[in-house]
Amino acid sequence: MASATLSTPAKARPRAAAWAWALPPVGLLALVFLYPLALVVQQSVRPDTGGTSVQPYADVFASEAFREALWTTVWLAAASTAGCLVLGFVLALIIAFVPFPGARAVSRFIDVFLSFPSFLITLALLFIYGSTGMAGGLWTDATGAGEGPFQFLTTPWGVLLAEITYFTPFVMRPLLAAFSQLDTAQLEAASSLGARAPRIIRRIILPESLPALAAGGSLVLVLCLNEFGIVLFTGAKGVTTLPMLVYGKAILESDYPGACVVAVVNVLISVGLYGLYRVVSRRAGA
Amino acid sequence: MLVHSRKARWAVWGVFLILFLPLFALPLLVVVGASFATHWSGVLPSGMTTANYQAATRGEALQALTTSLVTAVTASLLALAVGTWAALAAAGLRKRSRKVLDALFVLPVAVPSVVVGLAILVAFSRPPVLLNGTRWIVIAAHTVLVTAFAYQSVSAAITRLDPAYEQAAASLGARPATVLRRVKLPLLLPSLTAAVGLCFALSMGELSATMMLYPPDWTPLPVLIHAATDRGALFTGSAIAVVLMAATLLVLLAVSRIRTRASYR
Repeated sequence: MASATLSTPAKARPRAAAWAWALPPVGLLALVFLYPLALVVQQSVRPDTGGTSVQPYADVFASEAFREALWTTVWLAAASTAGCLVLGFVLALIIAFVPFPGARAVSRFIDVFLSFPSFLITLALLFIYGSTGMAGGLWTDATGAGEGPFQFLTTPWGVLLAEITYFTPFVMRPLLAAFSQLDTAQLEAASSLGARAPRIIRRIILPESLPALAAGGSLVLVLCLNEFGIVLFTGAKGVTTLPMLVYGKAILESDYPGACVVAVVNVLISVGLYGLYRVVSRRAGA
Repeated sequence: MLVHSRKARWAVWGVFLILFLPLFALPLLVVVGASFATHWSGVLPSGMTTANYQAATRGEALQALTTSLVTAVTASLLALAVGTWAALAAAGLRKRSRKVLDALFVLPVAVPSVVVGLAILVAFSRPPVLLNGTRWIVIAAHTVLVTAFAYQSVSAAITRLDPAYEQAAASLGARPATVLRRVKLPLLLPSLTAAVGLCFALSMGELSATMMLYPPDWTPLPVLIHAATDRGALFTGSAIAVVLMAATLLVLLAVSRIRTRASYR
């Protein structure tokens, strides 16, 4: 509101009206999101035996399954993020600075890729690296061995590969946007002064793209912490992440207080990181 | 142009293809290939057939497709209405209050979808609002999840809007409702359609929250794909997945046509 009304009553009325307009959507959000979330927190301190206690927290924190899931979730998310950053940087660099016929089609393909659900990647990996799949077939044809060496799908490495594949485009998009705003005169000046490609990348492009990398990376970190479809589709009993634990406790074991405790922990980690992402991306102007 | 010699450029493009094709193009091709196959025990699928599609377009699968479409359309339209309203209301607030609203409406992105599902399941399985076992609990969860994206893209568009148009309309005596209907919303139309397309695609592929709370008679496509692959019917699952991708792409294409027609106005 850029109106230059100076007297306080005239100023106060539109502000109250503006708040009144904001109330209906906020009320709806409170009803279907904030109130349910509050109930989850409430249920997490209400064990099945009745009363209010922190016993569910003590039980969950003491359990081996929870600690393992927490560790798996964190290292998988961190490793996926690192992989996405490296791969996304290399691919975006080539699309932007070594353009080839069809580079535009590739960036459109990435947009389409983002509109598909994540579990499709795991489904595809089952055919590529599954016990009898494309890679296994290639191996058998080449060596004559009965079984291929690709048995990693049901291990955390399969999840890692799927997460890097699915989330790399989330890093590439902000990077491509940042690269399109980079002044090419800088690159040409450096190049005419004798700098070679690796030096130009290290001294000019990388510093310029740090904000976009930080923003994309922290978004991917949060999305990986929350990823469920990829892990569910691998069907691996050995890979349990926090969202899988929430699902398992609530739906398979009907242990709602336990599920709520894990949910609260997961929310705290993710929301904390997401807050960091918002701060970083605002500073980056992304 | 970063690489000048012809040879080096071809080498870089080679690296790109080696990284890009197996990681991004191959998975989609593989799912499409598998949807036409009955076996996959070599390099290429074998036993070409269209029987998977016959299974994927009738009975249970057809019902799941309708379920997904109804859920996604309802959720994305609701999300668009609520998100646009909230974004417009936030634009009228002072900077501080606007930040509070921003944080509130993007919170569902940060909260894991599984937890959103759990929360809605816990909240609506008890009075006063009993939705558990109905289709509305699925639609409510999807709406919560996609509203954040609708809000984000509409509010980004509002900040890019040139205030001169609405000020001119207001100075010519247009009431706020008229300004909104005749000036702001038409200017925002391209972003609104983009937002609704994004919400639709996200809702079509939503699995995490849905797994927590879908009732047996309201099974969306992703849940059916999971059920198929879980019992080992990978090829039928792929055919259903292709149906899901095709339906999503067709609707996105239709929505983007609205956008181009609007931007010529």
